[in-house]
Amino acid sequence: MVNSKSSKIHVENLDFYYGETQALFDISIQIPERRVTALIGPSGCGKSTFLRMLNRMNDIIDGTRHNGKVLVDGKDIYDSATDVVALRQKIGMVFQKSNPFPKSIYENVAYGPKIHGMRDPAKLNEIVEKSLQGAALWDEVKDRVDKNALALSGGQQQRLCIARALAVGPEILLMDEPASALDPKSTARVEDLIAELRSEYTIVIVTHNMQQAARVSDHTAFFYEGNLVEFGKTKKIFTNPDNKQTEDYITGRFG
Amino acid sequence: MKTQQIENLVFWAIRIITYSIIGVVGYILLDIIIKGLPVLSWEFVSGFPRRSGAEGGILPAIAGTAYLITGALVVALPLGTASAIYLTEYANQGRFTAAIRMAIITLAGVPSIVFGLFGLGLFVLFFGFGASIISGSLTLAFMILPTIIVSSEEALRAVPQALREGSLALGATQWQTIYKNVLPYALPGMFTGSILGIGRAAGETAPILLTVAAFYLPKLPNSIFDQVMALPYHLYILATQHPETSKVLPMQYGTALVLLLLVLMFNLAAIILRNRFRKKIQW
Repeated sequence: MVNSKSSKIHVENLDFYYGETQALFDISIQIPERRVTALIGPSGCGKSTFLRMLNRMNDIIDGTRHNGKVLVDGKDIYDSATDVVALRQKIGMVFQKSNPFPKSIYENVAYGPKIHGMRDPAKLNEIVEKSLQGAALWDEVKDRVDKNALALSGGQQQRLCIARALAVGPEILLMDEPASALDPKSTARVEDLIAELRSEYTIVIVTHNMQQAARVSDHTAFFYEGNLVEFGKTKKIFTNPDNKQTEDYITGRFG
Repeated sequence: MKTQQIENLVFWAIRIITYSIIGVVGYILLDIIIKGLPVLSWEFVSGFPRRSGAEGGILPAIAGTAYLITGALVVALPLGTASAIYLTEYANQGRFTAAIRMAIITLAGVPSIVFGLFGLGLFVLFFGFGASIISGSLTLAFMILPTIIVSSEEALRAVPQALREGSLALGATQWQTIYKNVLPYALPGMFTGSILGIGRAAGETAPILLTVAAFYLPKLPNSIFDQVMALPYHLYILATQHPETSKVLPMQYGTALVLLLLVLMFNLAAIILRNRFRKKIQW
């Protein structure tokens, strides 16, 4: 599997339950730093649930529980001493359906920094510009950052959500099917963006799109019915998987 | 051809039913306006009643009702909003919250005279506030609380979950998320609850009958521990308890019209506030 020395996220024997229903079974995985890791698998296989475990987003769902450990930089994020606010600052998330706030483009990007106490307008401007550039959106919106974010196109909205996540200075980016609602052109832009962000951030991306996983990721994890079936270098998973189920899924025989 | 006829029939039936409802409301309004308007004068709205209300104005009743509405809102709005926020945003959605919701809905269906007795027992007698503005306001507040909670909850639930998740994922605390990214979008809907509450608080007679309303008190109150007259109760007295009910018929219509106008004014204020908040949101 992957060399543990460079692993950013280290998951050990993770079980997860929605009420009585178990959604994840004994997941152990080491996600490498500054690489793109794709989570693939058919709908309901637990890949999104797993992603949401990594920034404790499942905490907000009533009646959920888990066993096992999720270590980020060696620290258990489910430890009672963990500061969830600081954790989510460090681990940004981009959702399947772009969810810009019904505010201006500027206010969307400045939302995170402001919440974390940034008041200096000059610094805020700088962060907003840098984040929008980081998300490859600056050139398209620099003349209208005061305009409503909901007036942007779907692809722009999703890149705005990426900019918003970048603005709080994360080290890890979690992306839950970020391009599934976008047209091919916008999808290509988001994929290019992921390739650019790869050198600075540890990215975990859930995707339904096999070609996308093959294009953007360094490592791929195949989930099936709440189990991690196979994890390894993307090239290997897509050309010569060890597991029969993985092969069947990759080649489109089910899922 | 036949289905088309049924279609037309249903359409016309629904249309006639709707128009007849509007017709009834329109008739009541028109009746009150036509018969009440001649009584309306500066003296009527700014003067004190004489001869048990057969002559003079109804200022004490107007002031009383205005105080009661304001008092009820001052108590019920923060309580109702806070309960709604707790129930939708913080509480675990389980049997316990389901029981609370059930209780709130039941409370909304409790007859107003029961609220009156509750207010009499708790505020007037037990707390020793006596028949007073504060007793009446608190009683009315508890009566409109369910309406405000239910409509506030609906307004909060109408805010997409994605906005909460987006904010939490950026490291916002739950309260920051609610305060900055949920409440602003729920406020207009929450105002709707208070608009409905105002109408009820202004119009109910039974709860104030036992807790605040004076039969005949031709002066303005000095403190919240004073009794006051109130428009609906004054109307009830003119219509049924007055020695010359038929002679004071115009005064009844005048009082009814003023009550309608007062409720309209409170509602207008709430609607204007609501629209200002709506404009701030850029959906």
